[in-house]
Amino acid sequence: MFLQVLTATLTAVTFFPLLGVLVLLFVPNEREDTIRWIAIGTALITFVISLVMLGQYNAADPNMQLEVLLPWMNFGGGSTIGFHLGIDGISILLVLLTTFLIPLAMFGSWTGITERVKEYYIFFLLLEVGMIGVFLALDLFLFYVFWEFTLVPMYFLVGIWGGKQRMYAAIKFFLYTMAGSILMLLAIMWLGIHQGTFDVVELIAKGGIDPSTQRWLFLAFAAAFAIKVPMFPLHSWLPDAHVQAPTAGSVILAGVMLKLGTYGFVRFNLSMFPEASLHFAPLMATLAVIGIIYGAIVSYPQQDVKKLVAYSSVSHLGFVMLGLFALNEQGIQGAILQMVNHGISTGALFLLVGMVYERRHTRDMNEYGGLWTVMPVYGTLMLIVSLSSMGLPGLNGFVGEFTILLGAFGSEALGSNIYAIFAAAGVILAAIYMLTMFQKMFLGPVTNEKNKNLEDLNWRELVVIIPLLVLIFWIGLYPAPFFNLMGASVDQLTASLDAVTAVALR
Amino acid sequence: MNLADLTQMVLRPIGFLGLWASILLIVDLWIPKDRKTITGWLTLLGLASTAIVVAYTTGEDPVAMGGMVKADGFAYMLYYIFLLVAALTVLLSMSYIEKNNIERGEFYSLILFATIGMMGMAMANDMIVVFVALEVLSIPLYVLAGYLRGKAESEESAMKYFLLGAFASAFLVYGIALVFGATGTTNLEAISAAIEGGAANRAYLYGGIGLILVGLGFKVATVPFHMWTPDVYEGAPSVVTAFFSVGAKAGGFAALLRVLYVAFEPVTADWAPVIAILSALTMIFGNISAITQTSIKRMLAYSSIAHAGYILMAGVAGGQGALTDFAASAAAFYLVGYAFTNMGTWGIVMAVEKEANTNNEIASFAGLGKKRPMLAMAMVVLMLSLTGLPPTIGFVGKFYIFTAAIDAGYMWLALVGVVTSLISAYYYLRVIIVMYMQDGDVEADLPWTLSLAVGLTTIATFVFGVIPQSLLNIGNDLISGIF
Repeated sequence: MFLQVLTATLTAVTFFPLLGVLVLLFVPNEREDTIRWIAIGTALITFVISLVMLGQYNAADPNMQLEVLLPWMNFGGGSTIGFHLGIDGISILLVLLTTFLIPLAMFGSWTGITERVKEYYIFFLLLEVGMIGVFLALDLFLFYVFWEFTLVPMYFLVGIWGGKQRMYAAIKFFLYTMAGSILMLLAIMWLGIHQGTFDVVELIAKGGIDPSTQRWLFLAFAAAFAIKVPMFPLHSWLPDAHVQAPTAGSVILAGVMLKLGTYGFVRFNLSMFPEASLHFAPLMATLAVIGIIYGAIVSYPQQDVKKLVAYSSVSHLGFVMLGLFALNEQGIQGAILQMVNHGISTGALFLLVGMVYERRHTRDMNEYGGLWTVMPVYGTLMLIVSLSSMGLPGLNGFVGEFTILLGAFGSEALGSNIYAIFAAAGVILAAIYMLTMFQKMFLGPVTNEKNKNLEDLNWRELVVIIPLLVLIFWIGLYPAPFFNLMGASVDQLTASLDAVTAVALR
Repeated sequence: MNLADLTQMVLRPIGFLGLWASILLIVDLWIPKDRKTITGWLTLLGLASTAIVVAYTTGEDPVAMGGMVKADGFAYMLYYIFLLVAALTVLLSMSYIEKNNIERGEFYSLILFATIGMMGMAMANDMIVVFVALEVLSIPLYVLAGYLRGKAESEESAMKYFLLGAFASAFLVYGIALVFGATGTTNLEAISAAIEGGAANRAYLYGGIGLILVGLGFKVATVPFHMWTPDVYEGAPSVVTAFFSVGAKAGGFAALLRVLYVAFEPVTADWAPVIAILSALTMIFGNISAITQTSIKRMLAYSSIAHAGYILMAGVAGGQGALTDFAASAAAFYLVGYAFTNMGTWGIVMAVEKEANTNNEIASFAGLGKKRPMLAMAMVVLMLSLTGLPPTIGFVGKFYIFTAAIDAGYMWLALVGVVTSLISAYYYLRVIIVMYMQDGDVEADLPWTLSLAVGLTTIATFVFGVIPQSLLNIGNDLISGIF
């Protein structure tokens, strides 16, 4: 039985990176290239395992699949805690996103990270374990373990390899996110005692928490997730962490870690507390819309490119939250796709910013100008990614945002079009700040002497960016396979939400 | 009571250890001065064999000495904890006392005598036994605190500990006297019966409970009886401080839980809120005061105050009646976790400490991450465990104890618990920051016994954080239906 668990696909995809860590521990510190190859190789194999998982996954089945369930601990008399992993349409894309981005981010930091290389890749692999675990865990205790565990490697990544203010940013990131998590911890313990189980599937099936209690539980879980997303007004840790983090850290932070929060909302808040979700939907949607507009407005005047991208994340994640709390099929499907889109586009943006930073060691936009003539390939790639980020039709961002807006328009739970109207304004604002950035950095004559002899992207950098570009076009032109993967599970979720909505509106 | 009582089965563990300690004092005279580690190994052997004796005594009739002691499963669980802590202390001290020229045979015997005191507190079923055991525990500790001869701060530490400890003992005795006045007995179960019978004078009784709380509160260092802790912890030899911070605390808690839940169970509703407030204050003050400390020893002193607050939470979690098995096991598990984590942490403090009580600034850990990566990694695991973050035993312990509190309806106390854990993250993380993100030329001295102790505790902290079930089972089996 134990061996069966160990070789199960989901256990393998979660814990395979640990094998890499184990190997790395025995490689001498000086053999930096060996270390890099081992780490990237581990991440690539993990990606392959996740593809195997995709092959075994049946998109037509809305329930949890490939489940692994092992009794883990029992506090005596209390509820049993299980080691329970499983995957469904809500989590599968996010797991794939994680395993896909990690090797790219690692490859992208080949020349960026030259100090304490071994520790760097060890922390990166540990981070991967934590993040995949969060997406797969179906026991609240296990989920919390993975959830908190992700903080530790990220804390080190920012704190050791970050910029000048790295210690401040690292500790702020850690304390901020932990502050939210501890409230969730209380709610988890309450559920375990009063519902008699920590198992998410059982908890959802059981239901029956009275609506006023649900609201407290909803808020406690939301505290953890809203900080992670981050939702306005809990976003202030994000710009610091992003600006200080090393490039690959930012990629993973924006690409995957923020999604831990939005994923949490779908998996736990919407599923376990449907009445409370309905009750708080207008509030959440309002905050989401404020986030969209606020993030966009604050992005505009930034001089630091990385900060601009960071604030744009606040705006984009606002879209995701709006879609989720539309509480209908389109909204939630769009939101999940937008999580993936944001991971790809923003991940690519951070990587591109990192590449020019490695050449010039500044991220001040005023230092640049006319880069397109000097680095034509780089300029073209940046243009495509920027357009994708602001939602140009034909590229991935458009599909997600459009579906979300459709969902928000037709939402019974929100009961008003006003959210969608304001959110649509966010799309326009996104165009303004992204194009301004592009104009400042890439168009016009080369004004700064230092920029005259910059080299265009090398093959390694292209290898990192091109897979992302492929996905940008793929999702933009033919998103059906992605929607198919999540369709059945989202249907099941919205069916239960619809039932609640129908009762409430009657 | 007569002499034949002393041969009762259930007294064997404590008697065995007492005998061992006494013989060790004599044997030590023949061990040459430069080979005193032999005494240390003999001490470890004694502790290990006592553990075996404990294992073989489990299940015997718990009541002995005419009902004055009651060595039940709860006591056995605590025995194991005390023996573990004592063994780790001995392992940590072998190189430490040699390095600091305080290597004398009676050091180990004093540790054993203090352990006997703790065991006495765990099995006490009579106020007199509580008091005697407390003194047996305390007097060796007063001596040990001043063991760094010639160092003013060590002498100060011993003096302070002795004066305040004597003061606290006086409170305890006065409390016992008042309770005796109210109920006419010192036997814990008889006190409970007398209160239930309605014969007890309430004013004397409550006065007595209050004074007993003060006395024992001092031993476990709960706010507001914690003032002595930082000075005593800072001045005493580090290895002795490690022993205080876990062993003495665990002994105090054992007695506290027993006195409260056996003797004063009928009036739970009256004292439980007081304990809840003490617990909350202890968590809040301990954690907030720790933030500003620059000395690692003082920081850990405040941290140990804070942890007393968390353990005290289990004392409330019995809630509105008898202490549940759940809460008692939670307290025991938390103590085990704290024992591993804290002993490991002190081991690392000793490794970085050059000579006794120097290099105790948090800043002296700078650069450890580069110079001694394994040691620094161990420290990270231990710091995470003290904070209560997964995947460590500290997290499982906190989860257990907070769940017990919520189970008993003390949601607000659990809230204080998690918020203060957040506060504590700040100062524990600072140690990690200093180790990894600041440069420095720290030199760690790691003799093999010290490495062994640090290694074992760190591995236990991590492994029992991931697979705690075997450890949980020991507690669940031993502690069931006791209170």
